[in-house]
Amino acid sequence: MKEFQEIFLRYHALLQAAVYGSAVLLILIGLYAVLMKKHLVKIVIGLSIIESGVNLLFVAVGYISNHTAPIFSPGYEHAADKMVDPVPQALVLTAIVIGFATTALALSLVIRLYRHHKTANIEQLKSLRW
Amino acid sequence: MLKKIFVWFLLAVLGIALYASFGRAPFGENRVGPTDNPATVSAFYLKNSAEKLQTANSVTAIVVNFRGFDTLGEVTVLFLAATGLASILYRKEDEDEEGEHLPVRINLPASSIVRTGAKILFPLILLLGIYIFVHGHLTPGGGFQGGSVIATGFLLMFITYRRFGTNHKVMVWLESLSGLAFVLTGLYGLIKYGSFLQNTPDVGHLNDLVSGGLIPLIYIFIGIKVSTELTNVLDTLMNIKPKKR
Repeated sequence: MKEFQEIFLRYHALLQAAVYGSAVLLILIGLYAVLMKKHLVKIVIGLSIIESGVNLLFVAVGYISNHTAPIFSPGYEHAADKMVDPVPQALVLTAIVIGFATTALALSLVIRLYRHHKTANIEQLKSLRW
Repeated sequence: MLKKIFVWFLLAVLGIALYASFGRAPFGENRVGPTDNPATVSAFYLKNSAEKLQTANSVTAIVVNFRGFDTLGEVTVLFLAATGLASILYRKEDEDEEGEHLPVRINLPASSIVRTGAKILFPLILLLGIYIFVHGHLTPGGGFQGGSVIATGFLLMFITYRRFGTNHKVMVWLESLSGLAFVLTGLYGLIKYGSFLQNTPDVGHLNDLVSGGLIPLIYIFIGIKVSTELTNVLDTLMNIKPKKR
């Protein structure tokens, strides 16, 4: 445990860069897919990747170094001062469920469009152009 | 070409801006503050979920008790998404079939290893899901997580046995009744204690299975509702009918 804390302190800047960097990278990858890809399913996948990035960012902001999960399990009944922030975790729980709902709805719209136009390529969906 | 340059420029600007703004919130910094005399909302939740509500998992305490109304809205969104999915994908039997080249669903049976494994795993997955949402106030997890686990068990059965189907009527009734039970629990708090979704003062003792007042009850309702809803979504998506031959 002590060694872990030392390693944590020594590589703290690196860890911050890794966690925030990967979250931002996920958001950018998703945004790239949304903006550049032609296939509707790939666009929906891009939206889902953005969502994962935002969720990761949220939980990372709520983290406190050397603190434990916000659960008062036996042995931790009075350790409220040693727990990470529970609010981002609760918000992310909500966000994941809503994300599932929106992804399912988006995919159903994609299926409907595919059925109607026989293609899911946005360049060939002429009636959506303006 | 111009679009590509524009997109890369946009991504670069956004990436630098996002990273720089979150660089100001150092990773691992204590932003909660002391919990004895809470100055932030997080500290308040941490203090009261143990002392006042006797709920071990403070994330559950926030989701079901402190922000219970929010969760009711969330469950409604999930319900609307499931209903919307079914209504968007609805197709009448005699509807004019245009999808001439829609791929026909593969009707080959799964191998006997997969079938036997699925048969053994299915009840265990259901048990795990039920365990997760019954213990939502004690251990990591809860209604949404347990419901998703149960839905994965049904997905395993759907993709293993092509003819496996759920009893639609039972699922719809379970879903509606658990949603209704959630609202009725809220109304019970309104009538008895004066505010919607108010918890009972009789909250038991920390880390008991029956503790936290109405929290485990509500999370069980949410678990049933989420599992039936997700199973219905999967059922709808698996039963998209290809053109009849």
